[in-house]
Amino acid sequence: MQVNEYRPLIVAFCCNWCSYAGADLAGNNRLNYPADVKIIRVPCSCRVNPMFILRAFQRGADGVIICGCHPGDCHYTSGNYYTRRRMALLFSMLDYLGIERERTRLEWVSAAEGAKFAATMNDFAQKVASLGENKRLEDLRCKK
Amino acid sequence: MQKITRDVLVSKAVSLLENGTVNAVLGWGKGEFVYDVTPTMFETADEIRENFVWNDFCGANFSKYLVSKTKKIEGKILVFLKPCDTYSFNQLLTEHRFDREKVYVVGVPCEGMADISKVKALAGEGIANIDFTDAGLVVTNFYDETKTIAYADVMAERCVNCKSKKHVAFDELLGETGEVISSARFDEVAKIEAMTPDERFAFWQGELSRCIRCNACRDVCPACTCEKCVFDNPNSGAENKAPATTFEEQMFHIIRAFHVAGRCTDCGECSRVCPQNIPLHLLNRKFIRDIDNFYGEYQAGAEVGSRAPLVDYTLDDLEAADVFERREEE
Repeated sequence: MQVNEYRPLIVAFCCNWCSYAGADLAGNNRLNYPADVKIIRVPCSCRVNPMFILRAFQRGADGVIICGCHPGDCHYTSGNYYTRRRMALLFSMLDYLGIERERTRLEWVSAAEGAKFAATMNDFAQKVASLGENKRLEDLRCKK
Repeated sequence: MQKITRDVLVSKAVSLLENGTVNAVLGWGKGEFVYDVTPTMFETADEIRENFVWNDFCGANFSKYLVSKTKKIEGKILVFLKPCDTYSFNQLLTEHRFDREKVYVVGVPCEGMADISKVKALAGEGIANIDFTDAGLVVTNFYDETKTIAYADVMAERCVNCKSKKHVAFDELLGETGEVISSARFDEVAKIEAMTPDERFAFWQGELSRCIRCNACRDVCPACTCEKCVFDNPNSGAENKAPATTFEEQMFHIIRAFHVAGRCTDCGECSRVCPQNIPLHLLNRKFIRDIDNFYGEYQAGAEVGSRAPLVDYTLDDLEAADVFERREEE
């Protein structure tokens, strides 16, 4: 009989203009990254509301990663600069409330960086898996 | 005890109302109990003479009331603002939330306000009356027992760590304005940061699971002035109380504090109104401290028109991944 080994659930918010295409490139190049990563496409990393992240955790995500364009390359000129400030504050606040700091990450991945996308996701999935299940943030009411 | 007397405030309000400078007065009014001071709109001189209150429980910050009241009242409104209230006033002006021309600000000096929960802890329940004397608060209970308590013992936390006695906005000043104070207001935040993650989680779960989701902290906050709030949406699934283990209250308070990050003037109203005495200002102060550390010192409301840190950026801002390294170096 097969034993169900623990697989982390990872939510990746990917910017439509860069990381989402980067994920596509990773696929085209046959680069492996874990199937545990669930990609949500957003028009810009700046679209990611802090509540999205907390809600993802409550609904069972073990890690949340936000991928945006490199600073200076935002399709909308400055969206990722705002993201950078917001996420710095939010991650610091989550740490202040005692949440493991490895569960959240912000990365810059361009459309040409398929390899970086795969490497980032592999690394993140491994880190999150080593932390184990997200017990602190999950909300049992959200589990079906 | 407040140095300025009620008579000074009342005569100022009455004279401005009677000579037509203002049409209404926003001030502290009598509540059910002596410590239950209620924000009130006075429209006649008689009401002011009868119901106006000025004592050590006049903690309410009126800045937020101006957003709705200036739309309802014809002509000008007189508003009494303590030094910390003037920061919220400036912040709301920066956000164009009301018309400055419709407000007449009278700055009142403040010696620090008392916290009724501290008074009750020392004097017990059943308070019938409180007299404000030079020796301290004289508390009389329903059994006619009296107890004198020093002002310093019952001063609200936000006043112990007062950040400024300086009025940053006023049309007229009663008494004298003071200076910006370098207080130890971030000590408590530093203490929590120094805990282990497990201790921090337990601490906040203990504090925030007491939250009854009454939304008083949101309603009173002078920075929270959205017409529609995300937490009023019944479809959000985030508007109700939940068990302690669900991270629901933590989420509410993180988001509440995040929505005012960079705009919070640290007036401490959230903690004052909390019926469960949760130290909510510690969340806001964490954001203020981080903003100061990461993006340079910033005091919301210190001047009108300043740019809040979260609607601004520089090309070489700190990366989110470096946040923790920065802290460990400190």
